[in-house]
Amino acid sequence: MMIEKVLLRVIAKLLIPLILLFGLYVQFHGDFGPGGGFQAGVIFAVAFILYALVFGIDMARGVISAGFSRALLASGVLVYGGTGVVTMLLGGEYLSYNVLAETVHGAQHIGIFVVELGVGMTVAGAMITIFYTFSGHARNALPFRRGKGKHIDAPAPPLKIEEDR
Amino acid sequence: MAVTALWLVKLRNLFAVVMLTGIYSLFAAALYVVMDAVDVAFTEAAVGAGISTVLMLGTLSLTTEHEKPHKKPPLMALVLVLLTGGILVYGTFDMPRYGDINAPIHQHVGNRYVEKSGDEVGPPNIVTSVLASYRGYDTLGETAVVFTAAVGVLVIIGRSKGSWRPTSEKVRRRRDDEKDETSNAQQPEDTSS
Repeated sequence: MMIEKVLLRVIAKLLIPLILLFGLYVQFHGDFGPGGGFQAGVIFAVAFILYALVFGIDMARGVISAGFSRALLASGVLVYGGTGVVTMLLGGEYLSYNVLAETVHGAQHIGIFVVELGVGMTVAGAMITIFYTFSGHARNALPFRRGKGKHIDAPAPPLKIEEDR
Repeated sequence: MAVTALWLVKLRNLFAVVMLTGIYSLFAAALYVVMDAVDVAFTEAAVGAGISTVLMLGTLSLTTEHEKPHKKPPLMALVLVLLTGGILVYGTFDMPRYGDINAPIHQHVGNRYVEKSGDEVGPPNIVTSVLASYRGYDTLGETAVVFTAAVGVLVIIGRSKGSWRPTSEKVRRRRDDEKDETSNAQQPEDTSS
């Protein structure tokens, strides 16, 4: 935890909204430029991971709880799969978007939009979940607790700086 | 890029290895940009250089920073690696040259995607239309893979407040906790050695 590092804190606070905005841009502009659900999900998750790195994992859990990240992870797959089910209910085949709207392009646009959103949610949820899981262990080293958890509370080893002669 | 890869083999400090892996990923991303695969480069930079470095560092904080030194170089592994590498290099002899117009990848469905995706799907970025529309099942499978990976991490090292863990194990862990706490309280300098 780096609560006392003012510079890191300020820079992170300045950067995180931009990262989130960039993630949204990549998510919803993926049809026109490079990007899409996978990249957007990762960028979105990176914002929260940066927050967790600078402000500590407890603060990050206050922003996005572990349960919410898992729900995000699961609901992304559900959104993707559910799109296919909706197209089936509307009389098409599984994941054939053309039944979603009047025109072909409009329907494809809606379909791709929703599906990419599902991908982005899954990837962001997965990244945050995995990071939370790892960092939760780093704090109290659960399954490897025997004797291995002691290095966590110990202060970081001093950097080896070669002295100038 | 090759220098980074060779250096990676030589290093024994795992922290430096993780950092070099990130640098290698950045080089790879630059290479993809040169090859006009901007989407792939984007993914490589975000996932390879960004997230996976953080996750590797997280893993390092759970384990140790230095690789265990080997007594002698494992001969069998070296032979296997050289053999596999040789076969892979031999396999590239059959591949078409980079940008070859007669390559199968440029003769198959690729042309159709390039020509018709504007009419059939719409988005100007053909990669998106291929990923989300033409190959919708494929991407669904990939999403399921990501989901499965996260669930796997949760199952293997995830913490459980819930009740699915057998009670005996919970009791045992609590007992271990209490034992650790008491031993820590009594002899604090003993555990830090």
